[in-house]
Amino acid sequence: MSPTPQSPPPNSAAPTAREEILARIRRSTSGHARPAAEVDAVSRDYLTAHVHDGLIDLLAENLADYRAKVHRCTRAEIPGVVAKLLSEQGDRSVAVPDGLPEAWLEELRAPEAGVTLVPDSAALTATDLDAVDAVVSGCALAIAETGTIVLDAGPGQGRRMLTLVPDHHICVVRCPEQVVASVPQAMPLLDPGRPQTWIAGPSATSDIELDRVEGVHGPRRLDVILIEGEAG
Amino acid sequence: MSGTYVGMPSFPDAAHRATRDKQLRANLTRATHTIRDKRARAVAELEDWEGLRQAGKAIKDETLAHLDDYLLQLEAKVTEAGGIVHWARDADEANRIVTELIRATGQTEVVKVKSMATQEIGLNEHLAAEGISAYETDLAELIVQLGDDLPSHILVPAIHKNRTEIRDIFNRAMGHWGRPAPEGLTDTPADLAEAARLHLREKFLRAKVAVSGANFMVAETGTLVVLESEGNGRMCLTLPETLISVVGIEKIVPTWRDLEVFLQLLPRSSTAERMNPYTTTWTGVRDGDGPKQFHLVLLDNGRTQTLADEVGRQALRCIRCSACLNVCPVYERAGGHAYGSAYPGPIGAILTPQLRGIATDLDRSLPYASSLCGACFEACPVAIDIPEVLVHLRAKVTEDAKEHGGHRLERTAMRAATYAMTHPAAYRTAEAAAVRARKLIPKKVPFGAGKAWTETRDLPELPPQTFRQWWKETHR
Repeated sequence: MSPTPQSPPPNSAAPTAREEILARIRRSTSGHARPAAEVDAVSRDYLTAHVHDGLIDLLAENLADYRAKVHRCTRAEIPGVVAKLLSEQGDRSVAVPDGLPEAWLEELRAPEAGVTLVPDSAALTATDLDAVDAVVSGCALAIAETGTIVLDAGPGQGRRMLTLVPDHHICVVRCPEQVVASVPQAMPLLDPGRPQTWIAGPSATSDIELDRVEGVHGPRRLDVILIEGEAG
Repeated sequence: MSGTYVGMPSFPDAAHRATRDKQLRANLTRATHTIRDKRARAVAELEDWEGLRQAGKAIKDETLAHLDDYLLQLEAKVTEAGGIVHWARDADEANRIVTELIRATGQTEVVKVKSMATQEIGLNEHLAAEGISAYETDLAELIVQLGDDLPSHILVPAIHKNRTEIRDIFNRAMGHWGRPAPEGLTDTPADLAEAARLHLREKFLRAKVAVSGANFMVAETGTLVVLESEGNGRMCLTLPETLISVVGIEKIVPTWRDLEVFLQLLPRSSTAERMNPYTTTWTGVRDGDGPKQFHLVLLDNGRTQTLADEVGRQALRCIRCSACLNVCPVYERAGGHAYGSAYPGPIGAILTPQLRGIATDLDRSLPYASSLCGACFEACPVAIDIPEVLVHLRAKVTEDAKEHGGHRLERTAMRAATYAMTHPAAYRTAEAAAVRARKLIPKKVPFGAGKAWTETRDLPELPPQTFRQWWKETHR
């Protein structure tokens, strides 16, 4: 066990909060049956997945149900779809995470596209990003049953603030290799040491008379591009 | 800014006022029924719901049985990942730790993610007294804070306010706290949300310190998890340089895998969604991404004393989904404020008097704030037997009262009932007398302790004949 920040000062006789809380817990649980910690003994009488086929259709359906806009295309069509989604929204600048496949933004690189690409860097602050219209990212994986996309700051996803501050998020999911059926299937594929953001639809609130409103603080528009076809 | 639950009247008094507020009752009825119906559909989608529920219960029970081990494991993992762990015995200690941590940054403003734990310890009020402004960034919490009000629901804290009331609050108060409400603000939810977005974004962008709670902490990995909808959580958890999370010690799950259970149970029980729009997980600090400093304040504040009660400890399984509020006929009528703590509804009725003890009238009255209909137990995703704990706590309140001279009315009533039940002839006579006198019996008890009870409810009507008479007639 590593030393704790609250180990008692050398001359102090009074118990620290840590010692006292641990002692209280031990007193409170000592009278109870207390076998050794047995996490594996927890009965997991639930399904590891509720669906097995048609995952990509289901993902598309559930994403749309939570008001993400879903687009399906082949690998070759991505640059065109990205450019179209940006121009639809009138976006003039796009944040680009490290490791995003260059091909995805191909059409934007032409000067006549009129879009400024803003590469991610440590110098880019939240205030800078507040002036950026959109962000294009990949993801770690997507969960069909819940219509959820998981970002884990891996290549092509960038720092967490990148997909948070701009108002428009375009997220690309490689199908079928990045799609799993369920939350239980997703957990073992994700590294808890990496910061994660799970996204199900755009930012939303129902705080005012339970009327759902999109986009209070996060991106108000979420476009998800599901790419299918041979890997490339 | 923002009120406090301290010195709240007992439940019957507060409920009495709340049930007379027609606007409040209408808002609450609509809200609870809407969420309740949506939730039933979301739960019905999963045929293994009961299995998930039992697993959720078992994981939490395992956690509670070995809470010391899991806390030590968590502490080691968080520390290893670059976080700093603090322990707080009670609200005062937690507030002091957070204040010192904020002072050390040199800041006098913090942004906050909606958190029940900081609500419970009255952190905002404490910080205000220390000259630190704490801005709530959840839309509902913002409404409550700007309105100098208290939250009334765990999930939708401003549910007692309608759109017009919210517009008036924004117009009146936003300017005192930062960017004023836009000119000509309408009361459509989209416009109100936009006003909140503009008001809060400037706060997010300049904030150096954030304070949060957490829905879960994973002992095995030192990971913290926050579920939310609006993105204000992501803003607070990602943009500031320093993040301080105040979390109840019971919020642990042993393993990363265990999240697969709770990430299915919580959203469906709470907002009736397959998944909430945003979930953020973080483990300590990470170079170049997110806060540079992370402090975790582990909060006891009555949890260890709750743990000592073998019946009552199950309340510590609670994952704060609020499903029990939405199905509770008493909550629907009385509203959230009547419960006098951050935790309203059925879970509040068992959690609050255990965390705080039963020294005040309010806390003694909470176990009685229920009709024991059992709907809360049915709805609970971690199978907390709330009615069982309510009855258990009532016994404790009675026991406590006995030690302090007894509760006069209750003693008299119980004595009379005991006599009647053990003397069948007397019972028959009393029954028949009651029926004969039914036209004369008032709907209210005009005096004594019965008065408080019947001020908020009508006495049940007496039937035209006794059960015995009816039986005799129909079973000849």
